[in-house]
Amino acid sequence: MDLFEYQGKQFFAGFDMPVSPGEIAFTVDEAVAAAERLGPPVMVKAQVHTGGRGKAGGVKFAADIDAVREHARNILGLDIKGHIVGRVWIEKASDIVEEYYASFTLDRSAKQHLGMLSAEGGVEIETVAEENPDAIAKIWVDPVDGLTEDRCRAWVEAAELNPKVTDGAVELLLKLYRAYVEGDADLVEINPLIVTPDDQVHVLDAKVTLDGSSTFRHEEYQQYDETQTRDEREAAAHVKGLQYVGLEGTVGVIANGAGLAMSTVDVVNQVGGRPANFLDIGGGANADIMAGALEVINNDPSVEAILINIFGGITRGEEVANGIIEAMKRVKIDSPIVIRLDGTNADQGRAILEPSLSENLQMEATMLDAARLAVELAGGTR
Amino acid sequence: MSIFVDENTKVVYQGLTGSQGSYYGGLNREYGTQVVAGTHPKKAGTDVDGVPIYATVAEAVAATGATASCIFIPAPGVKGAVMEAAEGGVELIVTITEGVPAHDEAYFYNDLRRNFPDVRLLGPNCPGVISPGKCNIGITAGHIAKAGGPVGIVSRSGTLTYQALYELKQKGIGVTTCVGIGGDPVPGTSFMDCLEAFEADPETKAVMMIGEIGGSAEEEAAEFIKNNMSKPVSSYIAGVTAPPGKKMGHAGAIVSGGKGTAQAKMEALAEAGVKVGNNPTEACDLMAEIVADL
Repeated sequence: MDLFEYQGKQFFAGFDMPVSPGEIAFTVDEAVAAAERLGPPVMVKAQVHTGGRGKAGGVKFAADIDAVREHARNILGLDIKGHIVGRVWIEKASDIVEEYYASFTLDRSAKQHLGMLSAEGGVEIETVAEENPDAIAKIWVDPVDGLTEDRCRAWVEAAELNPKVTDGAVELLLKLYRAYVEGDADLVEINPLIVTPDDQVHVLDAKVTLDGSSTFRHEEYQQYDETQTRDEREAAAHVKGLQYVGLEGTVGVIANGAGLAMSTVDVVNQVGGRPANFLDIGGGANADIMAGALEVINNDPSVEAILINIFGGITRGEEVANGIIEAMKRVKIDSPIVIRLDGTNADQGRAILEPSLSENLQMEATMLDAARLAVELAGGTR
Repeated sequence: MSIFVDENTKVVYQGLTGSQGSYYGGLNREYGTQVVAGTHPKKAGTDVDGVPIYATVAEAVAATGATASCIFIPAPGVKGAVMEAAEGGVELIVTITEGVPAHDEAYFYNDLRRNFPDVRLLGPNCPGVISPGKCNIGITAGHIAKAGGPVGIVSRSGTLTYQALYELKQKGIGVTTCVGIGGDPVPGTSFMDCLEAFEADPETKAVMMIGEIGGSAEEEAAEFIKNNMSKPVSSYIAGVTAPPGKKMGHAGAIVSGGKGTAQAKMEALAEAGVKVGNNPTEACDLMAEIVADL
């Protein structure tokens, strides 16, 4: 779950980290009112779940209220890599002496937390990593031990930050680690972490990704879930609790299990078609779930054919077949459906489907043949 | 032979009294697995279809000689359940539960490695482990697998594992052990651990490895295969056409910044001499060719 910059800053502020005062605005008038309360100069910053805001003209300095009005007018509604800006963050402008980079994330290879710190912040850290990897000081933290102050200090020294800010940086990074662990974040990143003229370290940007699996112990996550950007199809699937990812093609895909669903998307591509989505209905393919899945796919105007790929493990073929028949009674489907049903009791399942077969409901024995037919029904290969 | 489990494995189910635990525990027992106990802090002294319930894993181990644990506890309790199992004295912990927070997984992975280095953890978010004809722990439908070998399977995905077991059975090919390592960011057991065990198992003559996008576990496995494996390997990687930055179902299956792509994984595996299929069926066909040449 990705947070907007301002949410990330509020999240950090909850762990007593230094952030600038600011306000969120949805309209030009709100932006101007916020800037008047804060007092210029301020920054006007687009809030979107993607990077490259600055280059796209989504981050502007405003010396006075007129500039705030002009920038807010230009930025609200701006398209940044397909994300339309719906809100701007108005923040008191900071004087910057130096720009650093700091983050914590999980190193899946080492199976420990990885902290990265660099005196060369303010730019894409990937570029620094490629061109000057020695400029990034790394620290691996065993979750059982946590980050000790001594190790944190050694890390800060290894990064060769301005010695004047060592104490402040150690204090801030210990808080950042706490926010990462206690907040159940997948990623916490500050870029840039700035040094102000009075030698203070300060959070100027915030990127936070929270672990969706930990919502049960974080009631406060609800507010972030509400501001996730999802396309209409994804929003509809989310409400039904389906694992759905929207894609650009014409073949609607339904499968059980994430691996099989991913594999189905692959196979549709391999036979020359374009999948409209990834949709995993999970282990139990009962009528309710199947009906919900068909509804979501059916509401996607670009879908020309639907491919249902089910492998029965514990879920038996006849249950799946009954689920499909029942779901089709409940939802009027506009596109032809191709079913591939295999695994446990697949014969019985196919026998149940047999009487209902028509031009609009066809069956194939293998995943590849089913994909080929669905692609053909969707108008052929690209 | 088999790896990790065999006909002597005795299993205690943490969560046997719940709906998932009692259902799959029952199926595992019907399959022939030695389901010796369940645990529940408040239901000690009762039973589930004749299987005795103990308050803790330690008590279950003391009373029944259980050697493995299978966890069906809901996600919030998994961290405690894993450590309870390790402290209780089992050698193998199979965690089926999905949706365990990544920070919990990272914590108990490291805690186990330091304090219980001989305990093997499978999962979380895995279908379990089956040695056909001997032992089935978890949610795999036992009858889709043919017993006897010569193939060992290791996989990150549940349904793709079933697909592989089933296709191999249709071709008349048996399986020594099929291990689902799970799709989460910090799996207790890695591809490499399983490959190493299969390499050492005399009955396993070839290995099928099913991976997916995200992380670098497949690349690490390729390196291991190149340097340490004499047995032939076939493979399939799901998510070849997944768009970058999109998270598809499994917490682990996310591609970002050109790392962890299916293409990179397939190339690394092919370079290590692995026969790589473009879809599950092709990978099974390749395995059939390997088996025919054994």
